[in-house]
Amino acid sequence: MQRMKETKAELKIKVKDLNFYYGPIKALNEISIDIQTCEITALIGPSGCGKSTFLRCLNRMNDTIPGVLVEGEILLDGEDIYRNGMDLALLRQRVGMVFQKPNPFPKSIFDNVAYGPRILGAGNKHEIEELVEESLKNVALWDEVKDSLNKDAFELSLGEQQRLCLARVLAVYPEVILMDEPCSALDPIATLKIEVLMQDLKKNYTIVIVTHNMQQAARVSDRTGLFWLGELVEFGQTDQIFTRPREERTEDYVTGRLG
Amino acid sequence: MGSGLRAALDRGLLQIEEDLLRMREMIDRALSKSLKSLVDRDTALAHEVIDEDKSINNLRYKIEEACLALIATQQPTASDLRMIMAIMSVVADLERMGDYAAGISKTVLRMGDEPLLKPLIDIPKMVDLARTMLRGSIQALLDHDVPRAREIASRDDEMDHLYQAIFDELVEIMARKPESVHRATYLLWCAHNLERIGDRVTNIAERVVFVSTGDFKDLNIKEEGIGGLN
Repeated sequence: MQRMKETKAELKIKVKDLNFYYGPIKALNEISIDIQTCEITALIGPSGCGKSTFLRCLNRMNDTIPGVLVEGEILLDGEDIYRNGMDLALLRQRVGMVFQKPNPFPKSIFDNVAYGPRILGAGNKHEIEELVEESLKNVALWDEVKDSLNKDAFELSLGEQQRLCLARVLAVYPEVILMDEPCSALDPIATLKIEVLMQDLKKNYTIVIVTHNMQQAARVSDRTGLFWLGELVEFGQTDQIFTRPREERTEDYVTGRLG
Repeated sequence: MGSGLRAALDRGLLQIEEDLLRMREMIDRALSKSLKSLVDRDTALAHEVIDEDKSINNLRYKIEEACLALIATQQPTASDLRMIMAIMSVVADLERMGDYAAGISKTVLRMGDEPLLKPLIDIPKMVDLARTMLRGSIQALLDHDVPRAREIASRDDEMDHLYQAIFDELVEIMARKPESVHRATYLLWCAHNLERIGDRVTNIAERVVFVSTGDFKDLNIKEEGIGGLN
């Protein structure tokens, strides 16, 4: 039964009994969750509940922190990403990440997007130009920047910078995009632009977003999971979580009685 | 009540619930007065019921607007959202109940000076039952009391049986004395209005189940009524 579920085409990431420790502190407790292909999965919960820690497990970003310990399994297309000999550069190319604050490189707009493909040795100058254009079009930034590709990326507005960072991720052809509060530094219009973009991107990518903004989770996601003190309290279809939560802690959290 | 984080939402919900109770009282009073206007053939009182129906309608819109504002400004979720959606549906049912009370009073006006066909026996019973069901259903909604809601909904059968008895009796009279058709029809209209109230209460009881469980459930499971009138 378990086996059959794993081989289902829709399943992108399967997490089984994940425990995570920062030294002696257990930050995640027995997390099991199925993340489906071409869906947006939102993770909500109060600060310090483990949702960002969990997100960073999905492309092993936590490996860079000394003293961490991971137990359990995370299967990406059925392959355990914590196995020995896993190619981390390849993993992070397949599972890209956008952070809370836009973090473009101190380079031109063009070079920001071209950086990844160049490192991966992707094609000649012309092919890279095409890839940059395609990536910027995919984040609806091309029309705004096509005449100023050599401009410093920091000259863009914060919303544009965040979309540039997303273009940078897309340029290396990821399969999964992790977003760690991608809109918390953005104004409402820039936020909505990212949300519209996410709806377009989910046709081709699997997206996991951590957000403090419950309404954002309700607006954009297909499924929502509530983290609480390192546990996944409830995970379900987003409309169910926000209209008929099964767990009392979910009810209390989404109605503002808790947290 | 919840924490300070939800103060505005809690305040808004409380206000809406108070208005809902007020609407219930207005309809309860309208039902009682409409019966009295029928029993006493009091056209002034009948006019009063018809006039006051406008206030009931206005209160419905006030509650709906308050619900809309809460949704827009407080983004309620889960049980809060279900309660607000339920109330929006319930006030539509209540408003119709007000119309049924006014309908009885309009019939009183139409009757003019014609004497009652027969002494009123079952219609006052129907009014009593309608008022009990009305009060109980709204209380069950405010208390999130599903067993009470189910019990109230089940009393719709009593209402239907009373209606059926009146219907049968009046049809029999009309067959026997065709000249009484007019006066019999007046009473039939009154009974029909009351029977409808039972159905509206059942709707409210269904909303109580929805608020508590999130399930839409049809509580109005009963045998087919007479002549397709139920």
